[in-house]
Amino acid sequence: MTITADNLAPLTRTDLRPRPAGLRRDIATVAGRALRAIPREMEAIIPPIFIALFFFLVNIATFDRLTGGLHYPSFSLATAVLLGVTGVTRAYAFVVDIQDGYFDRLLMTPIRRLAILLGQMCADLTVAGALAIPIIGVGFIAGVRFEAGPLGVVAFIAIAALWCLAYAGFAYAIALKTGNPAAVQSSFLMFFPFLFLTTSYVPQDELSGWLKTAAKFNPVTYILEGGRSLIFEGWQWGDLGKALLATVIVGAISMTMCFAAMNSRIKNG
Amino acid sequence: MSSLDQQRQSGMQSDASIKTVALVREFGELRAVDGIDLDIQPGEIYGFLGPNGAGKSTTVRMLCTLLAPTSGQAVIGGYDVATDPGAVRLRIGVALQEASLDPKQTGAELLRLQGLLYGLPKSVMKQRVAELAELIDLTDAMDRRISTYSGGMKRRLDLAAALVHNPDILFLDEPTTGLDPVSRVRVWDEVRRLNKDLGMTIFLTTQYLEEADLLADRVGIINHGKIVAEGTPTDLKRAVGADVIVVRVDGDASQVRSVVEAVDGVQSVEIHGNELVVNTDNGSATISPVAVALAGCEVAVRDLTLRTPTLDDVFLDLTGARIEADSADDDDDSTETSEKPSKKDKK
Repeated sequence: MTITADNLAPLTRTDLRPRPAGLRRDIATVAGRALRAIPREMEAIIPPIFIALFFFLVNIATFDRLTGGLHYPSFSLATAVLLGVTGVTRAYAFVVDIQDGYFDRLLMTPIRRLAILLGQMCADLTVAGALAIPIIGVGFIAGVRFEAGPLGVVAFIAIAALWCLAYAGFAYAIALKTGNPAAVQSSFLMFFPFLFLTTSYVPQDELSGWLKTAAKFNPVTYILEGGRSLIFEGWQWGDLGKALLATVIVGAISMTMCFAAMNSRIKNG
Repeated sequence: MSSLDQQRQSGMQSDASIKTVALVREFGELRAVDGIDLDIQPGEIYGFLGPNGAGKSTTVRMLCTLLAPTSGQAVIGGYDVATDPGAVRLRIGVALQEASLDPKQTGAELLRLQGLLYGLPKSVMKQRVAELAELIDLTDAMDRRISTYSGGMKRRLDLAAALVHNPDILFLDEPTTGLDPVSRVRVWDEVRRLNKDLGMTIFLTTQYLEEADLLADRVGIINHGKIVAEGTPTDLKRAVGADVIVVRVDGDASQVRSVVEAVDGVQSVEIHGNELVVNTDNGSATISPVAVALAGCEVAVRDLTLRTPTLDDVFLDLTGARIEADSADDDDDSTETSEKPSKKDKK
């Protein structure tokens, strides 16, 4: 619909008096913009879902018979969801904003600098949660059931989304440090060692030697175990606590890097 | 207290919209802005003229709080850019050299978002967007994605985004670079209207001499990070001389310099490639003797023109170089002036 200003009294200086909007409104404004962009950038959303579902189905077909007694779709769902949501971030769009000068436009408004990042991250959290749903849906079709019930599904999605956010901090740090889209895309590749040096494909007891040691120190191991506990055992607070702690540790590191990169970019203009 | 501190303290208490004292910005070894002093009064249109790489955009980025000064002080609308950048941002609107837009949003979405960030009430947003759309003549395109806009439309939308919150001071960094002549005139009209109707102070950087001449109340000419001249366009041009005779020759113009300098009525002669720029108080009386003097030389004269001085002549007179406006698309640090010995150097 085309809008016109006909038949309206002109706005006065009082109507247009600028003022800081406040942190919450700043975050909501930035997040709203990011979420509006999602349907216009489906090319960024479809591949992660496709890859996650592809590996989910192939892994079930490959390992289901080899892991007798273990319902492999249930075991593999956490891996599939993490694969789908890790790297889902607006950091790439952030680089485009820097290159297009839109980042400068934001910096020249009274917006709180923190809100520029937090708004994008709120959008990331929402998108990650939404992306987990179709993968879990396919899991249900494959026979996955949650011992923790419907609330367990919500907790499962929350774990995945929080991990996505924690990992996204690295992508934002790279975006702000380099302003280079290719470098941001490579941040997802950094996830591969985390994904493979863990219990993605077999339980921890089946791992041996150096891989078992590596998995012990890999935070992804505890996030996977936390998610699986909701499926296999119900509410296991110890496993969930470890998953949360691993996410917090990774998030603390990535966010420190991210906000340091933000400060550096703002300082250097 | 040092003299600089005293100067700052007294100077910064003025009512100027834009006031800087000894403003400096360094990038490693490069001193991009080298001690700039500005005093721009409310309601003034100030043209900041210089070639690419002179330091115009760096100055604007400092004044707009995007870049911290290395030293010196800048006060915008009564607030220091270094110590109170938030207050500065509420008072300024900025359209940078490249339109700073998000191509995936529609024009209306971009303006609405801009308004929200300035804390404007949601109740006025729809009307404000409509007002601005009419102002920049984009009403029919406001619901289209910005990626579908032409260059001129993007520039106009960028200007509208700078105006959403009705700022007291507007910074326009090369607002017409890359625009077609029709769009350029439209932007000029808009700048005049904003200044006249709303009393907005406008700081305009440009490398187009005509733009500075037509729009600015005062012009500051910047070269290599320093302001080399400042005044009204008329005063600056008057300082060069009443008239300019331009002689283009085949070959090296410096061969006939002494011949032309010897002609009665010639104030000064500048050489620019195969061109002699002759400053004189009475062009109509001097042009014939210049032609006669050149006829006696071995260098062939291709054309001889009499005109009034331009700001380019002022720049040439001061720096020995011309402003190369035809390299408009280059970035701030990429283009050089055509260097020749300046009047100062020759002396």
